[in-house]
Formats: sequence, C-alpha cells, structure tokens
Amino acid sequence: MMDSDLSPQDKKDLDKFIKFFALKTVQVIVQARLGEKVCTRSLSSPTGSDWFNLAIKDIPEVTHEAKKALSGQLPGIGRSMCVEISLKTSEGDSMELETWCLEMNEKCDKDIKVSYTVYNRLSLLLKSLLAITRVTPAYKLSRKQGHDYVILYRIYFGEVQLTGLGEGFQTVRVGVVGTPIGTITLSCAYRTNLAFMSTRQFERTAPIMGIIIDHFVERPFGNMGHMHPCNYRAPGEDEGAYNGVEDSQEVCTTSFSTSPPSQLYCSRLSYQPPDFCHPSTLNAADPHQVTTQMGIPGKEGGVPQQVPVQPCHGAQAEHGRVSSCPPADHVPATPSSSGEDAETSSRSVEVKSVSPCDVLETTFTRKVGAFVNKPGTQVTTASLDLPFAAFAPRAYDLEENDPMVQPPESPATSSPLQGSLHSQGSGESGGPAQDDFVMVDFKPAFSKDDLLPMDLGTFYREFQNPPQLASLTIDVSSQSMAEDLDSLPEKLAVYEKNIDEFDAFVDTLQ
Amino acid sequence: MNCRSEALEVSVEGRQVDEAMLALLHTILLHRSTGKFHYKKEGTYSIGTVGTQDIDCDFIDFSFVRVSSDELDRAIRKAVGEFKDAMGNGTDGMGQISLEFYQKKKSRWPFSDECIPWEVWSIKVNVVNLANEQERQICREKVGEKLGEKVINIVEVINRHEYLPKMPTQSEVDNVFDTSLKDVQPYLYKINFQITDTLGTSVSTTMRRLIKDTLAL
Repeated sequence: MMDSDLSPQDKKDLDKFIKFFALKTVQVIVQARLGEKVCTRSLSSPTGSDWFNLAIKDIPEVTHEAKKALSGQLPGIGRSMCVEISLKTSEGDSMELETWCLEMNEKCDKDIKVSYTVYNRLSLLLKSLLAITRVTPAYKLSRKQGHDYVILYRIYFGEVQLTGLGEGFQTVRVGVVGTPIGTITLSCAYRTNLAFMSTRQFERTAPIMGIIIDHFVERPFGNMGHMHPCNYRAPGEDEGAYNGVEDSQEVCTTSFSTSPPSQLYCSRLSYQPPDFCHPSTLNAADPHQVTTQMGIPGKEGGVPQQVPVQPCHGAQAEHGRVSSCPPADHVPATPSSSGEDAETSSRSVEVKSVSPCDVLETTFTRKVGAFVNKPGTQVTTASLDLPFAAFAPRAYDLEENDPMVQPPESPATSSPLQGSLHSQGSGESGGPAQDDFVMVDFKPAFSKDDLLPMDLGTFYREFQNPPQLASLTIDVSSQSMAEDLDSLPEKLAVYEKNIDEFDAFVDTLQ
Repeated sequence: MNCRSEALEVSVEGRQVDEAMLALLHTILLHRSTGKFHYKKEGTYSIGTVGTQDIDCDFIDFSFVRVSSDELDRAIRKAVGEFKDAMGNGTDGMGQISLEFYQKKKSRWPFSDECIPWEVWSIKVNVVNLANEQERQICREKVGEKLGEKVINIVEVINRHEYLPKMPTQSEVDNVFDTSLKDVQPYLYKINFQITDTLGTSVSTTMRRLIKDTLAL
C-alpha cells in the first residue's frame, strides 16, 4: 500500500480521524442498546471536542473497552473492529443478536481530500449509524431489557465472526467512505430468528432459548473480550470520573445493584402492570381496612420501599353514617411478607384485607370520649355503676328525640340535653323500649355542657341541618302562589302610579 | 447538473400519516444538516455541533433519530400538518409529499433568483382505512417494519456520496444553506405536496382539464 502519495500531515490526520471514528462508532452502537432514549443538544458554537461535529457523549468505560480491544492499532485492511451485541436472560442463556463491523478494503481514493471530504463523509456515516441502529430488531429488544434479560456488548479486533448469529442472518450496510489508504465500510449483520417471533413472545417464553443450539460454538480465536452490559447511563456533561460497572461477565443479578437508572426499573415494572386495587365494598356493620402497597423503585439497588397508598377506611357504624375522616392514629398494615420477597412484591401490588380483629382495634373502636354521652350529673345516677353505662338505653331518650336522627325543626327547640338536665324523669316514661338502638348524645370534644343554654353542642345540633326553604315547602308555596296571584293587580296598580319614578331611574342608567 | 430524484412509498393508516412523514423527513434532514458555520478571517470557518434525539412514535412501532432543533422540528411538523389536512380525515386517499434541496442562483435585476434543485425526495403515501383493532395492531408493526426499510433506503442513497453543493464562502452561504435557524444549518429545502383523489387523478390535472374544457366551449 503506497502511502507516499499522502502527505505526512494528511496521514497523521487520517489516522486520527479513523481512530476517533472507531471510538465514536462504538459509542453510538452501545448507547443505542442501553435501553434508553438518547438526547444530545445542538450547539451553534463548536466546543472543540465534538468530533465530526456531532454531539455524541463518551461513556468512559466504553471508550476504555474499545481502546483495550484496539490495543493501539487502527482498523485497517484485514483488521476489523467489531461490536457484538448479545442478549442474556436471567436464567443465564445468551444469544448473539448482531455484529457491527468496521472494516477497510483495498479500494483507495487517492484524490480525495482528507481534512475536508473524508472528515465530512465520516460525519455523515456516523449520522447514518445513528439512524440504522434504531432500525435493526435488537433496538426494540434493548428498549425492553430489564428483569428478564439484559443486553451485552463485546468489542473485538481482528477477524469478523458471524457464526453466532445463526442461520439466515441478514446484513445491512450503513455506508462507505473512500480514503487514500482504503475504503472504510460499516455494516451490521443481525440475527433473523427473532424476526419471526414477535418481541413479546420472546420476552415471555424463555424456554425458546434452549432450542437455539447453534450459538454454543467453540470460539477458535483467542482475543475474546469479556461481555459487558449495555445498561448504564452515560455520565453527565460535567462529570469526568465515572463510577461504573466493574468488568464483569455476570450481569443478571447485578443489574439491579449497578445503580440502575430509575427509568430502567420502571420499565421492568411495566412488564406486569400493577393491578390497582379497588377498595373492597365496605360493610357498614363490619368495617374492613384495605391497604394498597406498591413497590416504589429506590434510587439505588433494587429494593423497593413499601409505601402504603390510599388506605380506605371502614364505615363508622353509627346509625349507618360513614365517617370520612381517618382517625389520627391510623396504623398501616405492614405484612410480614414484605421483607421476604422484595422482588416479586416490587412488581405486583399486594392487596391486604385486614380483618378488624388484627389491627383495627385501635382505629375503629368507638372513641368513647367524643361520641359517648357523659353521664349527666343528675341523670343516670342509677346506671353509673354499670359498665358501659353510657351505652345503656335510657328511657327518655327515644329515637325520635335524638337530634342525630332527626334534625331539630327550629332553633327554639330545647336540646335534649337541657331536657335531660331540667326534666328528670318528667319526660316520657316507660321501660327501655328500644334495646336495639344505643342512644348516644352528641358531645363535642372540649366543650362544656353545663354552663350556657346555647353551647357548642347545641349550636352544632341546631344548625347542623339547615331548615327547609320556605318557598319549597308545598303548602307554603301553594299558599304564597295564590296570594301572589291575588296581590298582583294591587301591585300593578302601585307600579303604574309610580311609573314616572321608574322612568327616571331607567334614564339614570343610560 | 442533474437533479437527483428519489422516490419512497408507504401505505399507512390515517392516524399514522404524521409520524410516518416526520420519521422519513427527519431522517433525510439529519443527513442534510450541519452545524452552524462561523466564518473567520482568511476564509476559514468552524462548524457548530449537531445534537440528536430519539423520537418514539405513538401509532407506529417505530423510533427514529432527528436533529435536536425545535425550530426545524416545528417547520417540518407544520408542513406535515398541512399535508395531513389536505389529505382529509379518515378516508382513503393518496398523496405525495416532496422534500426538495435546492441552491439559489443570484440573477441580475429584473430577474428573480433561481432555485435550482439538486436533490428531490418524493414520498408517496397511500392512506388505508382499517376495520378493527386487530388489523390496526398488525398495521402498527407492519408500518414500523416498512419505515425501517425506508430508512435503510435513504441511508443507502445518501452514502453514495453523489453531488453535494460545494461548501460556500461567507457571501454565498445563504445560497446553499438555510441560515435562519439558531442551532443547526440544513441545506436550503422546501416541502411541497400534492393530493390525488381516489380516482387516481391529481387535483391539478383535474383543474387543468376543467379549464381546458371551459375554454373549449
């Protein structure tokens, strides 16, 4: 190969271009298999470090691996640089998906300008690589990698090996760039077995891996690099150092702990979309508590945090009324199984229906202080000795007088409490008529009931339910309607008399 | 100089028209855009950096790469939107959208500048109507595969490295590139479209026929 036609400066430039082109090619391919969308910004002013005028980030580990594979050499005739993309399931089966080859053939273009045309065409080739990497079948697989499988890459230098791709593999040429020392070609050979399977099918039926036996080919070549996972994020623009994955072949179990991006975790979650629980129907008499628990991806590692979400509270069975305020001392049910199988619980939602006897004693027992009638000073002296005396039905407290059942008709109605204070026993007498109902007087917390006739409780009771609108009661409305009709002529007469006034008023408005 | 002309054809469902057109037009423009030129003394220039971003389609199982430029994206979306509107809603139809790269040639007064195309991409679109969800699902995947093939076709054409305008001097740069964008610099381009009705005749030919018939009377 006659390099003498090439000036030393051109030769130096060309070597540099080829070296950096090879490194950028590897970056583009690996980043396209990370499983995430790539996004870089355009800059109108060049930074001086963006090779080929393209914003392609450099993942240091990938650059390191590429340099290691090249070992100071450059891709040349007979010396190809290859990036092999393969898939490894969580069960340990692996399969080659595609091999990207950067090769050089002997066809030279002596007249081409190195610093200008070759450089621009290499830039164009990188753009084509960006486009093509999204089109081969491995792209879709890599976007869905996560728990079931991961995508690995391997860089090697030398002879191209395509036997691992199975029968019927297809080749797509990305492009060629002629240079004075040879023509650079970039192509991709990809497995087509998967093309006949939908990607969904592949995710779920892992045993198919076992059927593909042709990839267990003993590799005759010595320079076998380690496989690397394509599942870490490129460092930010300001980061120099990168605390990435150590060179390890086994990535299945470590894919959780290698500080996976939270998006990856969410994509794993999306395999089995959590079934959002519907609160079980609440039985008014027997409250149940339902707690929804979802695994929330943590920032590091794969251990989800169990967070109770949307606790639904049972009904306070007080005459069929449902309380909507959760008690302050709500205890989330934390099942003991949460610690056992963090992974499965992270992917599905556990619906715990806790029977009242377990946890609810603290939450759903009637709070004696707020709702139970404190035995009045004079009232139930006889029953004070009984346990739960407050719940015992009292003769004078029939349901129809209970303000909680029937709203008071007008503010003038005396409160039953007053009644109980001032008319001891003079009200309805009679035995305990209602054994079924427990009469509970409304006692607002923190209020004194024996000082003023109009205390907080009374006020609340009396104004709790607004009175019916006068105009809406039937007999009243019909009366007023008749009255209105009768009074209409009189009103009209009055208005006609004052017509001048009305006209003057209208004039002021204009 | 001859204008290079390339034709692509896709069949899509009505709601896939936008994304399919965006995918193909952006793929072409990715290759036909450079960074902003900054001219320095002595006729040298430096070139800005072009960023890229992945776009996932909602109605097609497909992802593509476009230049990171909101301005350019807006311009393309506007043209595609007009094309979509002209195609009508939901009914079957055929249309063609073309992306033409041209150079301006300054003419003396009173003649206006000439626009000389050097590359024209024509994308024929057949819009189909689908009956049920199962067909739509199959269509999603099929159109995704088809678009992948079209991207490979585009890349193949571009990598033939056929005619490209010479890099211009500072005074000529507006004759070759669209310098109006802030962050990237595509070659001068224009997007046209024409709609054919279901009978296969284009609207323009129908109009021409009508006028001829009118004049003939």
